[in-house]
This record gives sequence, C-alpha cells and structure tokens, in this order.
Amino acid sequence: MAKHIEPGMRVALPVDYAGVSMAMTRPIIEHGAGDLDLVCVPTGGLQVDQLVGAGLVRSVETSAVSLGEAGGAPRFNAAVKEGAIRLKDATCPAIHAGLMAAQKGSPFMPLRGLIGTDLLRHRDDWRVVDNPLADGGDPIVLIPAIKPDVTIFHVPMADRFGNVWIGRRRELAAMAYASQLVLVTVERIVEENLLADEMTAAGVLPALYVTAVALAPKGAWPYGLWGEYPTDSAEIARYAKAARTADGFAAYMGQAQMESA
Amino acid sequence: MAEVLPREVLICTIARLLDGVRHVAVGASSPIPAAGAMLLRAMKEAEGAVGPRISILGSVEHNFFTNGSAELFDCAGQGRIDAFFLGGGQIDGFGNVNLVGAGDYPRSSVRWPGSFGSAYLYFVVPRVILFREEHTPRVFVEKVDFISAPGVSPDGVFRSGGPIALLTGKALFRFDKTRPGFELESVHPGHDLAEIKEATGFRFAHDAEPRQTALPGRATLDLLRGRVFDELAETYPEFAAQMRRELGTVDA
Repeated sequence: MAKHIEPGMRVALPVDYAGVSMAMTRPIIEHGAGDLDLVCVPTGGLQVDQLVGAGLVRSVETSAVSLGEAGGAPRFNAAVKEGAIRLKDATCPAIHAGLMAAQKGSPFMPLRGLIGTDLLRHRDDWRVVDNPLADGGDPIVLIPAIKPDVTIFHVPMADRFGNVWIGRRRELAAMAYASQLVLVTVERIVEENLLADEMTAAGVLPALYVTAVALAPKGAWPYGLWGEYPTDSAEIARYAKAARTADGFAAYMGQAQMESA
Repeated sequence: MAEVLPREVLICTIARLLDGVRHVAVGASSPIPAAGAMLLRAMKEAEGAVGPRISILGSVEHNFFTNGSAELFDCAGQGRIDAFFLGGGQIDGFGNVNLVGAGDYPRSSVRWPGSFGSAYLYFVVPRVILFREEHTPRVFVEKVDFISAPGVSPDGVFRSGGPIALLTGKALFRFDKTRPGFELESVHPGHDLAEIKEATGFRFAHDAEPRQTALPGRATLDLLRGRVFDELAETYPEFAAQMRRELGTVDA
C-alpha cells in the first residue's frame, strides 16, 4: 500500500488511541517518498516521530506531538530545534474544523477561540473576519479546509467488500471524507457484509471512501487498539530512550524485531 | 485531625473549586484533577444530591462521547462543559498559558508537546482551573514565551470562559480578570508567603498574613481514601496505588 504515497503528499494520521497504523510506518520509510506534509488529527505520537526521524517530513500540522507517558517525541523535538521541519502549530478543534470544511466541500469553517494566541499569529493561512451575521464587530477565525492527499489508519475489521469498521472513532470518517486516498490496515477481514446488519452499519466507513485495505494483525502495536488490545507502554518507553539520539533511533529502526513479541 | 498528604489537600481543594458544576472534563494524564472531580461526585451523592458528570479523555469507562475526538470540543462550544483543567510549561501573571515551548518560536530551545485544545477550551469553558504541581520561577514566569491560550481577551472578542484559579503544590490563587492578575487565596500546610514569593516569577496580590488552605474533615477523607481511590484505580492504577502506599506510612 505504501506505493500510493508520493513525494510532497499531505498525509493525515490519527491520534494515538484512535487506531494508528504502525504496521504501515516501516513500509512507508522503506518506500522512501519524502517531503511529506503531515496532518495530525488532532495530535501525533510515535508514527510521526519515526517518519520525522527517517527524514521524510517537510512540515507537521498538529495540536501536539508527544509519546504520552513516555515523554516528549525525541526526533520531532530534535527536528524542531534544528529547524529541519516546518511547524504549523494548531489547536485540536481547528484541525477538526478544517476536516469538517473539506467534508462539506466548503472552503473554510469558522471557529471560536484562538484570537490573541500566538498560534493564530504564526498561521498565515488562518483568517480573522467580523461575523457577517452580527451587527458589527464579533471577530471570528476562519480555518481553511484541510484536504489530505492520503489518510492512513488501523481498525479492528473490514469486510471482503472493502467496508471498514470504525466504531465510535468518527474522526477516522472525517479524515476519510476529506482525503483523496484512504489506506486502512485491519486486524481481520470478515466474510459478512458489515452494512447488512444495522448494529454494525452505524459504525462502518463504507468502501466508497476506502482506497485499499490490508490485513495486519497487531497492526497498531506498540499502540493499543480500542476493543482489541492495550498499549505496550514498555515498548514505547524503550523507543523513547533509544531515539534520544539519531544513532539510537537508527539502531532501533534497524532492528529485525519490530513486531509484538 | 488525621494526618493529610499534600496531594490529598490538592484533591480536596479541587473538589471545592468544582462545587456546583454539572459536567467536568479531565485530560488523559491528570489523576489529581480526576480525583478532585470524583471526590466532589462522591460527596454530592453521599448527601443525596446529584454529582457532576465526569468525562475523562482517553478513558473508555468515563467517556460519554461517540462522535470521535471532535465531540469534546463541540460539547464545550455548546456550553455543555462547565469546568476543565489546564497545565502549562509556563503560566504568567496575566493567566496566559504556554504549552508549546521555551525560547524563540518556532525553533524552541525546549519544545513541549503543543497547545492541544487549550486555544479553544480556555475561551469557552466557564471554570478553567490552572493546575501545576511544580511551583517554580521556571513555570510561573512574568511573561510566557508563547501564548497557547490568553488569560483574558479584549472587549468584543467572544469569551464565555477562562481561568478562575491557579492551584500549585504550594498554594491556591484566584484569578481576577478585571486587573488582570492572580491573588493569593491560601497557602498549603508546610509553606509560607516568603517561599511562595521566591518561587513565583510574577507579582500577585496577597494579604499580609495569608490563611492556610482548608484541610478536609474526617468524612471527606474517608470518602477519598475509600470510594474515590477505588474509582481512580480503574483509570490511573499507578497513581491510586502510590497514594495508598503513601497513606500506609501515615496514621490513616
């Protein structure tokens, strides 16, 4: 699936707990398409840090990047310090608003808050206008539509018709609606049509929005996957320690053992 | 009076600051704010009243949302979240919060994770409690290096929320948005005004002899050490276990 990714693409990736396709990280790095503009929905972690560490990233739009309890994201933080990546610091609802605008085919979405922040001051793509429906004044920020070239995530299951089960992780649908390409890895592929049963249908992202599905058991590891398995905190801590230096990062990524024990 | 741990004082203070809220949201790795909210719920229910709804982000059990990670912010925008907690790598005397980094942006000398939802929630959640245990001049600065979220907004800017208090490991401050600035409300046991002045990089108003932070009574402590730590252990097992270990060493 990594062959879909071309240099310079805008790539949307989900928050740690929503279903990160860690299984795709190494294929993307081996494929080697660089100058990627990442969009973290709405924050990033291990996958973002590894793609930055591998030198494939040109910019990161995000509300935060960290390894959670394991601390700061070491390669991301180093790249920030060196000025090696362009930052588009955001706030969570602004990222959701940008995807929502794309979902509706609208050019922007207005959002409260933000006025007086240094986030706004550093974002030349965000605009402040006076609310046209008020009697004057009432400034509000317009967030332009975020239209990723590709969205990549991991979920428990898909059916053989290409419908994927996203449960209540609705941000995965928002990302898919907004994207040209949607690449999904899954724990398992089921025989029955997920849209045929009303109980499952409500949590399905229909095949209409899905470019490709691949089987990848434990595909979120070392992150956990909702309803399936918990996060492997020890492994994330091991990465956090190793990746403090560029050499340590390279050694970690070069290890053959990159799967769950 | 039984011996009370410093963190129990913080939890009980948070419960007091939250009194009256209908719905409080707590960040993913915030065991002390979560414990404060759970304590308030337990106290209300013990009186036969209705306790607050508590949403803990990242928890499956204490999470009512079915519309993805956007729903918390939508919920706040609709006015359905009354209280929230914010920390910060830096907090200044105007209530400005910096979650991005120290030094010149974008090439911060120390980069923190980022602003998360602060640049929105600080504007629309009526009772934001600033909470940071570390009380040092490195955290509480005269002026933040980056404004993730401003303490106050000019007239004409939509603002239904903002900070009401700052709770640290040493003291409790109230925020006065008319000045704007902080006022020392009370000092936790074992600390004093001179030490707090030394540890705070911004100026704040205070009485000549500030009072001590109120300590919980027996009934509150029993609820905290029983039901609340049990509930807390579901989401923050390590924190709950650590509190119980520390309690084993005092006269509980």
